[in-house]
Parts: sequence; structure tokens; C-alpha cells
Amino acid sequence: MQLPTFIAHIEEEFEDLQAGVITGETAFRQLEGWSSMMALILIARIDSEYNVNLTAEELAEANTINDLFVLVQARVAV
Amino acid sequence: MAIFSIPGVKIAGMATAVPKQEVSNLEFDTIPEKERKLYVRTTGINKRRVAKAGTCTSDLCEHAANELLAKLGWKPSDIRVLVFLTQTPDYITPATAALLQNKLGLPKSCMALDINLGCSGYPYGLSVVASLLRNMPGAKALFLAGDVSSACLSAQDKSAAPIFSDAGSATALVQGDSAPDMHFNLETDGSGFEAIIIPQGGYRNPITLESLKVIEESPGIVRNKTHLVLNGINVFNFSVQAAPRNVNALLDYVKIEKEHVDYFVFHQANLVINESIRKKLCLSAEQTPQTLSRFGNTSSATIPITITSEINEIVTKKPCTLLLSGFGVGLSWGAALVKTDGLVCLPVLEADL
Repeated sequence: MQLPTFIAHIEEEFEDLQAGVITGETAFRQLEGWSSMMALILIARIDSEYNVNLTAEELAEANTINDLFVLVQARVAV
Repeated sequence: MAIFSIPGVKIAGMATAVPKQEVSNLEFDTIPEKERKLYVRTTGINKRRVAKAGTCTSDLCEHAANELLAKLGWKPSDIRVLVFLTQTPDYITPATAALLQNKLGLPKSCMALDINLGCSGYPYGLSVVASLLRNMPGAKALFLAGDVSSACLSAQDKSAAPIFSDAGSATALVQGDSAPDMHFNLETDGSGFEAIIIPQGGYRNPITLESLKVIEESPGIVRNKTHLVLNGINVFNFSVQAAPRNVNALLDYVKIEKEHVDYFVFHQANLVINESIRKKLCLSAEQTPQTLSRFGNTSSATIPITITSEINEIVTKKPCTLLLSGFGVGLSWGAALVKTDGLVCLPVLEADL
């Protein structure tokens, strides 16, 4: 899996967000339009794209898009 | 695996009752309007039913049961087994099934018991009732299931209040040697017990004055320790993994292809969970009737609510093969594969309760 594709999936889930705003370093909770429901939406999208289930605890410890990417990548590679 | 078949028991009828009062999630004004719209889009729940203060699940089930008995032409004195499945009983003690035996006018020769299960409860309860009936020739049973979840959660908790809705159901079953087998696959994982929990008020953590202190856990989540807590992400992860595996295992056991199942009636958790499960099982929208938009998540009543609301004319007219799948609090999950023939199925009843 590639980071740009991962970012594209995440971007699609945010309403009113222009492509290119999100990078690996983006703190996703700081994004315009973030709410606790977005957490569930991202978990569902990651499940649907990669068949990987991140737990609430794992998500709580992640800060940036790259943190999420690393978690998912490790699980996909197994 | 608790995967098994029960011969000689027929589902004769089904009825459901919801309170008249309807609440729109677009008016859930403890969160901003934009977040509300996202919430409705993601959960699929536009409206939910809220019982009057003091109304119990047993009141809704009693209403459904009386209408169903009348429609079937069954006398209360015919009933030998009453099972009441809920997480919102009238009292901690005694069992609500005993009160219902009396209110419904069932004979003293009727066995009656409660089962404490939630979203997985419908297939579980069917299996218990069918197991009891199979050894009682010609006997009749009532299986009542539902919850008044509005009574056990905080109306200021955005993580739970907009999801849950109140309803009661009544299913009538009868022993008869010619009835086709019912098939079940029932599972449990108590390591996940904290995913959906009322933390205090039982005997592990008895209620104290402190329990009733209202705390803002995070913005939009205001509740006390006797209110229901729902970990939405962990429930999602559990549901989308457990339910499809459980359904596939049951279909394999019965040796039936998905095309030969008329309807897959899933517990109505929320849209993001239900759609994920549907896609993982490669089912069409037509095969998976939904009632989230109008009735929300009514716990153990979602499966009968969906049957009585969406396919009641079809199941009344022709024989149907139904896969019923429930999953949630416990963690507990399971599925039943049942064949109905001439099911007496009432449309959803609105009760002034």
C-alpha cells in the first residue's frame, strides 16, 4: 500500500476538503470538519479498503495521518 | 461451536409495538447542525421512537402480544412457555416474565423466564423457546423481546442517544412434527464486555450517590455512571468481523446457497455497520431489508421490527426462508435460519405508551 492512495481515501471522507490539504504530517483531529463521528467513518473506510480494523485505543494514540498509515501498513503486510 | 438444528417447531406469528412519540435526530440540538447531518448520514437513523416516562419494555411487548394472540385466535390459556428477553426489565427482581404471565392472563401451568441479552437476543431467544417446545407436543409459546433503551441512556450523550429507539415484539411459536428444522449458530466473547455497558448499578459496582453525578466525558457526551456507555469503534470492529463469519458458518452447516435465502434480516445497529456487513457478505440491498431510518436501533426488537415493517405482506402470502442475524452487547452474536409458511405477521403497531 502507498501513502498517497491512503491519503486520497481519507480525503474523500472529509466534506469540503480540497485535495492536497492532507499530508502524512497532518494531525487529523485538527482538520476542518473533524468530529468524533469522523473517527468511525475513517475506521470503516480503512476496513473497507484494507480489511484492517484499528481499535479505539489505537486510534486514540495516533496523531497524524502517517501514524494511521504505519498502523494499517503493518497489519496489511502480515 | 453452538451450531445446531431444532426440529418440529413453527413460527406462527409476529407482532411489534413502538411508542407513538417520534423524535428526529436532525433536532438533536446538543451538537452543532453540521455534525448532526453527518451523524444522520453515517448512522442512517433519521427518526427514533421514545417511550413515555415510566413505560417499560414489558408494556410494549404486552400490547404486541395481545394483538398477536387475537389475530391468531389463540387463547391465553393455550400458552405453555413465555420467554421475555430484555435489558430493561420492570424490576431488578423479580423476573418480568412472571409479571407478564399474570398481565397476559396466561395459566399458572405456563413456565416463564427472563433472558438478559440485547442486540443478539432475537436468534438466541428463538433457540431457547424452540428447544423448550420441541419436547411438548402441540404446545404453544410466546417469545417477547425488546428494550426501552431511552430509559437507560443519557439524552445528552451523542454517542448513544441518537442511535437507540424503543420497541417491543411478540413472536408466537407452536410445536408441530411437520414443521421444518430451525438452524442456529450462537457465539459469545465476554472479553469485550466493556464495549457496551452500564458501569454501575449492578452488584459488581453497586449504585452510590457518586454514581448519579453527571459528568461531561467529552464535548457532547454528558452522562452518569448508571447510563449506557457505547464504544462505537470497538463495536464496529467486532460486528463487521463476527457477523459475516457467523452467517457464513451457518449457511455452510445448512448447506444452503445465499441465493436460496429470501431475506437476510440483520440486527439494525447503524448504517455504517450494516452496510459493511452487507458488502462483506456480497448481498444485495433487496435481500437485506432495513428500518434504521424510521425505527433506529431497537436492540433485540430490530429483527421483528424489520420483518413486520418491510416484508410482512410477503411472509404472510408465501413460504419464506429467512436468515436472522443479531450481534452486540456481551459481546454476543448469532444467527438463525428459519422457514416460515403462512406467518401471521401484523404491521408495526403504534401504541400510546
